[in-house]
Amino acid sequence: MAQTSQFCTFYLDKLLFGVELKGVQEVIRSLEMTKVPLAPQVVSGLINLRGQIVTAVDLRRRLELEPSPPGMLAMNVVVRSEDGSVSLLVDEIGDVVEVEESTFEPPPETLRGSVRSMILGVHKLNDRLMHVLDIEKACQMSDALEAAAATR
Amino acid sequence: MSENDSDIVKDFLIESYENLDRLDRELVGLEKDPEDRDALSSVFRTIHTIKGTCGFLGFGKLEAVAHVGENLLTRLRDRQLTLTPEITTALLTMVDVIRQMLTQIEKDGQEGERDDSVLIATLTRLQQVPAAPAPEAPVLAPVPVLPQTDIVKAAPAIVPVPDAERDPESIPSAPNIGDILKERAGVTEAAIELATEKQREGDPRRLGEILVEQGSARPADVVDALRIQQSNRASAAPAADSTIRVDVGLLDKVMNLVGELVLARNQVLQFANRMKDTSFLAASQRLNLITTELQAGVMKTRMQPIGNIWSQFPRTVRDVALGCGKEVKIEMEGKETELDKTIIEAIKDPLTHLVRNSVDHGIELPNARVKAGKDRIGRLILRAFHEGGQVIIEISDDGAGLNVERIRQKAQERNLITAEQAGRMSEREIFNLIFLPGFSTAEKVTNVSGRGVGMDVVKTNVEKIGGTVDIQSALGRGTTVRVKIPLTLAIIPALIVTCSGDRYAIPQVSLLELVRLGAEDVSKGIELVHGAPIYRLRGRLLPLVYLNRELKLTGDGRPAKDSAVNIVVLQADERQFGLVVDQINDTEEIVVKPLRKQLKTVKIFAGSSIMGDGRVALILDVLGLAQYAGVVTETRAHAIADKVTASAGAASDKRTFLLFAGPGDSRMAIPLSTLARLEEFPVAQVEMSGSQWVTQYRGKILPLIRLNVVLEERRNRLRALQVPPTLDSPPIQVLVLNHEGHSYGLVVDRILDIVEDVADVRSEANRASVLYSVVIGNRVTELLDIPAILRGAVTTKALPNAVSQSVEAAN
Repeated sequence: MAQTSQFCTFYLDKLLFGVELKGVQEVIRSLEMTKVPLAPQVVSGLINLRGQIVTAVDLRRRLELEPSPPGMLAMNVVVRSEDGSVSLLVDEIGDVVEVEESTFEPPPETLRGSVRSMILGVHKLNDRLMHVLDIEKACQMSDALEAAAATR
Repeated sequence: MSENDSDIVKDFLIESYENLDRLDRELVGLEKDPEDRDALSSVFRTIHTIKGTCGFLGFGKLEAVAHVGENLLTRLRDRQLTLTPEITTALLTMVDVIRQMLTQIEKDGQEGERDDSVLIATLTRLQQVPAAPAPEAPVLAPVPVLPQTDIVKAAPAIVPVPDAERDPESIPSAPNIGDILKERAGVTEAAIELATEKQREGDPRRLGEILVEQGSARPADVVDALRIQQSNRASAAPAADSTIRVDVGLLDKVMNLVGELVLARNQVLQFANRMKDTSFLAASQRLNLITTELQAGVMKTRMQPIGNIWSQFPRTVRDVALGCGKEVKIEMEGKETELDKTIIEAIKDPLTHLVRNSVDHGIELPNARVKAGKDRIGRLILRAFHEGGQVIIEISDDGAGLNVERIRQKAQERNLITAEQAGRMSEREIFNLIFLPGFSTAEKVTNVSGRGVGMDVVKTNVEKIGGTVDIQSALGRGTTVRVKIPLTLAIIPALIVTCSGDRYAIPQVSLLELVRLGAEDVSKGIELVHGAPIYRLRGRLLPLVYLNRELKLTGDGRPAKDSAVNIVVLQADERQFGLVVDQINDTEEIVVKPLRKQLKTVKIFAGSSIMGDGRVALILDVLGLAQYAGVVTETRAHAIADKVTASAGAASDKRTFLLFAGPGDSRMAIPLSTLARLEEFPVAQVEMSGSQWVTQYRGKILPLIRLNVVLEERRNRLRALQVPPTLDSPPIQVLVLNHEGHSYGLVVDRILDIVEDVADVRSEANRASVLYSVVIGNRVTELLDIPAILRGAVTTKALPNAVSQSVEAAN
């Protein structure tokens, strides 16, 4: 029997992404957010998650996609990273999918830049491709911080 | 091992660790004062307990080590041996070995494979009584186990035997019964000698009993003596019975819950303010009070006296001093100063490092000290005290002090600073260079005297908990390191302000006062000097920082002309500045939550907190904000390091100058730091004292030095001095300066500006009273030599004419 794993999927700018289900703490609707002035652009702000303060990362900016259209309420995918919980802001939540190892392929060589380090590869689903996101890399942001510091 | 057993082992470990820490202290103390019988008995008791318990728990090796140690201690206690440094070292080594074994046991429940025969042999050898007729070969467990007989046969019914007397742990501690009897009942020395001799020969009875039997003491006296001894001991005993051990994890949990409760309380209070129901209001007030008290109580449980970590320092100092052949005496003040447990843990290593450093590098070798006219024995002083909501810990030594020149040189060699920077840095800034990371490794390699090994780690660790480190030193006289740390990290009082619709919390610790300028006062109160807004707060210039502008929030930062302005006066390092915010809300107790790694680069925030309405608010880091806004211009060590790597000519090197018009409309400047206040006096207030202008200022006579007179040619000067002010002239502008404890007023024509500039293009002065000409703000400006001008004003005193009297009167 082939190895399977479960992914929590979501959409960003019509692209399908997935993070490993075991790294996801919870998925919640948009919460009131406190913006952090002077913070790197990828940090959307801080949210109060039942008494726990969680940093919200604008995943669109993080993945260098088009900024979200104004007025769109983002969903929070709260993931567990080495540095505590982090909320990833996404457009829309998809299903939980179970995929086999065999459908996985590494990212094409033509994918370059900092994005490449965050995308582990793709799973070939029946109707479309699911980008597999590396939670740690997406939350670490040391590269994003450096970039922010350099422009300052 | 069963559950029960492991519990016993755990208790044994905790207790033993504590006891061993005390042992270190007591042994070092004993070395200084070998006659301290209390300490010796206590050391003995501890080792005895450990030996007994580990025998019971089956730790054979541990027991063996403790056993020989105990034998050695018995000799010491019975005065058959005197304590030598060698013995102390051996005993300390034994303590270390026991500690290692305990750590091992803690880890896997086993003593581990180890060979302590060398230590055992040393300890055995040391117990040979020197010059004793025949060293007894078999050493018996020497505890004089007290027999379970009634205490004094002749007085059976009077006294119940004090329990402690039967307890083998409480070997009679000083004053011993013999001494008391001698003093109180006039029992002769000889009689006591005789009785102790009998005891030593194997008489199982107690001293009192023997003495009574001998007829040397009356039973009643013995009973009295016992009572005295008992009460002495009781007062010396630690208050162990009134305390319980609590797991730290549990305390942390309670602390977190209290944090949540504080948040809930804040919510309820906000809600209550909107309600008209008085009984609900009363209930919420009560909730408020109880929460505050509960919070204070829980915080207190986490407080520990700093003495807990200091207690290891005598041992550290002894070891380091012995290692480098120095003699050092350690003194402690304020041991009882309490700090939060997490802070205590965080500062333990930095403090140990500082102490080691002081002994290793600060204090000189005994001979060098004598040569320098100091006491052979170096002094290391630890002080702790509260000051303005913070705890200050000082580590001072009377050693060689820091050599400014050498540090300057070293820092340049290591490319930590440029020659030009080095020339401009103040002594204090130079001292702080030793906290630079590069500096420490350099020291380690070259081993040049002076401090620096790992000082950067000290600074980083202290700053991690929101503290600061500062160093002061006088060459040849010693060094003081000052560590400032917050009392607690968990819950702090803070002022909540609003800026562009978001709330920010400002820790109350940095808050000095709040100023509100009404709409009509704004244009008058806030002045612009070269674009930089300032506010005159009681005659002092307060630089203003607009929060929304610093945070790059919406708007141009300036409030609308017709609205009131709220200024929060803050203190950062030694500087004060005014923070302009949209609205000042309230003070609140906030629970500090640290910022995640993603936001650590934003130095302007110290953390975040959840407000009463459930929203998150950021906590401003006042020092970070001040640095960001350029208020704190003093280059901090880290800034320098960053700057060297960054592009040259960074902005943080700027100094602030006060620009004013001198005679003939020339541009002149003084460093803003020399200025105490700016004042304006109507001419009517200027009085003549002889030919000197003076004015009454804050209950004192302020001599007014006219700049145009000072800068006149000398032959004209006397004439100019005589001229009294004409009453119809405009008010005079006065710079109030403090110099060597006196205030002087420098009368200038016009105050122009306050500017920040590097001012590094300079040329020699072409007249007296001017230090040099510099380019400030793209224009040549003369920098005044304040001390010279004031000296000039004072030296006229010596002139044998009317001028002298006037100055005298003015002073």
